[in-house]
Amino acid sequence: MKIAVCIKRVPDSETRVKIAADGLSLDEAGVKFILNPYDEFAVEEALRRKEQAGTGEVMVLSLGPAAAQETIRTALAMGADRGVLLQADRVPADGLAVARALAAELKDGGFDLILCGKIAIDDSNHQVGPMVAELLGLPCVTAVSKLEIAGSTATAEREVEGGVEVVEFPLPAVITADKGLNEPRLPALKGIMAAKKKPLDVKPFQGAAAGIDVLKMTLPPERQAGKIVGEGAAAVPELVRLLREEAKVL
Amino acid sequence: MSHVLAVLEQRVGALRKVSFEAITGARRLADAMGGEVHALVIGAGPVTGTDGAGRFGADKVITATGAGFARYAPEGCATVVAERARSGGYGAVVIAATATGKDLAPRVAAKLGVSLAGDVTDLAVDGGAVVATRPVYAGKALLALKVTGSPAVVSLRPNVFTPVERPRPGTAETVAVDTPAGRITVREIKAAPAGALDVAEAPIVVSGGRGLKEPANFTLLEDLAQAFGGRAAVGASRAVVDAGWRGHGEQVGQTGKTVSPTLYVAVGISGAIQHLAGMRTSKVIVAINKDKDAPIFKVADYGIVGDLFEIVPRLTEEVRKLRG
Repeated sequence: MKIAVCIKRVPDSETRVKIAADGLSLDEAGVKFILNPYDEFAVEEALRRKEQAGTGEVMVLSLGPAAAQETIRTALAMGADRGVLLQADRVPADGLAVARALAAELKDGGFDLILCGKIAIDDSNHQVGPMVAELLGLPCVTAVSKLEIAGSTATAEREVEGGVEVVEFPLPAVITADKGLNEPRLPALKGIMAAKKKPLDVKPFQGAAAGIDVLKMTLPPERQAGKIVGEGAAAVPELVRLLREEAKVL
Repeated sequence: MSHVLAVLEQRVGALRKVSFEAITGARRLADAMGGEVHALVIGAGPVTGTDGAGRFGADKVITATGAGFARYAPEGCATVVAERARSGGYGAVVIAATATGKDLAPRVAAKLGVSLAGDVTDLAVDGGAVVATRPVYAGKALLALKVTGSPAVVSLRPNVFTPVERPRPGTAETVAVDTPAGRITVREIKAAPAGALDVAEAPIVVSGGRGLKEPANFTLLEDLAQAFGGRAAVGASRAVVDAGWRGHGEQVGQTGKTVSPTLYVAVGISGAIQHLAGMRTSKVIVAINKDKDAPIFKVADYGIVGDLFEIVPRLTEEVRKLRG
């Protein structure tokens, strides 16, 4: 089974955001970067599928700065076979520009399955996976929390409003991974050592004109700390009164 | 002058209320572009509730009916929307960023070969182009974008574009479509009680954290949510989801869902930075925590310090009383 996983290098979720001097982007000074958590589910699922099939290849693809090589190495340490980095100084804010570059790289790869995270926790674009599928003419199932494959047919569970939908679709296909799909493994020392020797191709990102211009990045207005209404259950009637009369939400 | 296409959402043949938010956002763009709002809903037959679309600013309501569209069919629905968007020459396509809308919007944009501004919280038109504001880093920053493609495809964060009455004709039109539903077939829907709300869409969210001590105690929050009468959903912190107490679909925060309800009640949640990021755009935040120094109190509008096991049942009782 030949599987591709699209991954992204993102700031850790505990990052305190500061705006860079250009007013358009994150100030990266002191920021710790990680493999996007949803992409981690995607990598893990790819590895399990390959292990289940007993044969095949897991390729990880990323669009990002030179430092994203470390992110790819993390996936290689988990067990992926090879990596490709489409190197760009900055990842475009336009998901379609990203999807076009990834799709062009994946087009002739002969992949049975393409996995992505359902969302990147930095730009929260929530769109690259289904766009890649659309560009490649493949079926796409988003936000998958359970996946089963039998031959060239797959069954997936995905969360919908208040419930879970079970869908069936043919392979090859694009899947976007949600939390719950699996429990990603931690790279073992042996894997980390082996990852250093695995092939990692770096190619320049060939971006066409994007359809989105970033005008500015700002910090949201600080929330003012409100009031402590009181202590214990005795404070509840006053809270309800405030919610009704002052905040007008009840 | 450009018209704007608002994509509505139906569930079992009834229009979902969030659709009026899409119409409200579309109306704002159409007013600035000097055009009309055309609302499009896809179903297997007539959809109830579409007669309300005119009230919120739809000039025309198009019901596209096809055999395979009793429920959302990702590929077929994307084709129907994209074809309508193309043939109608719209300046913008507006979709509510619900679970369904988040799946649909990128497919539509890719089919049209245009960019998508997703999950936006503000919309304007500047020099003919759509300018959208969207939270990034789960709400720790806001990004203002100009969408240069045409049509501009935008999806709207639920609960942000409060429906505004703007009466327009809402002329009904039905179009039969023979578009196939696509290659993805739904085999089964598990546990979707009628009226169940997604935590990202609910106007009221009652969230619990480790302070609840054990999974069974979430019944306290379920009771409170129920007291709000079908308008509330239960949410959870990352700690309790990771511990397996609650399903990941309920997780609020940077690695879960970002929510903007009218009322967010945080119970036994200390307020880790990634959690605060996911709920800070709520209109009103209430925190209940035993630790008066918990970070959650720094973002809460109202707080009660004390034992949640005494406070929450009392709150449930008071809310029930209020609703009579």
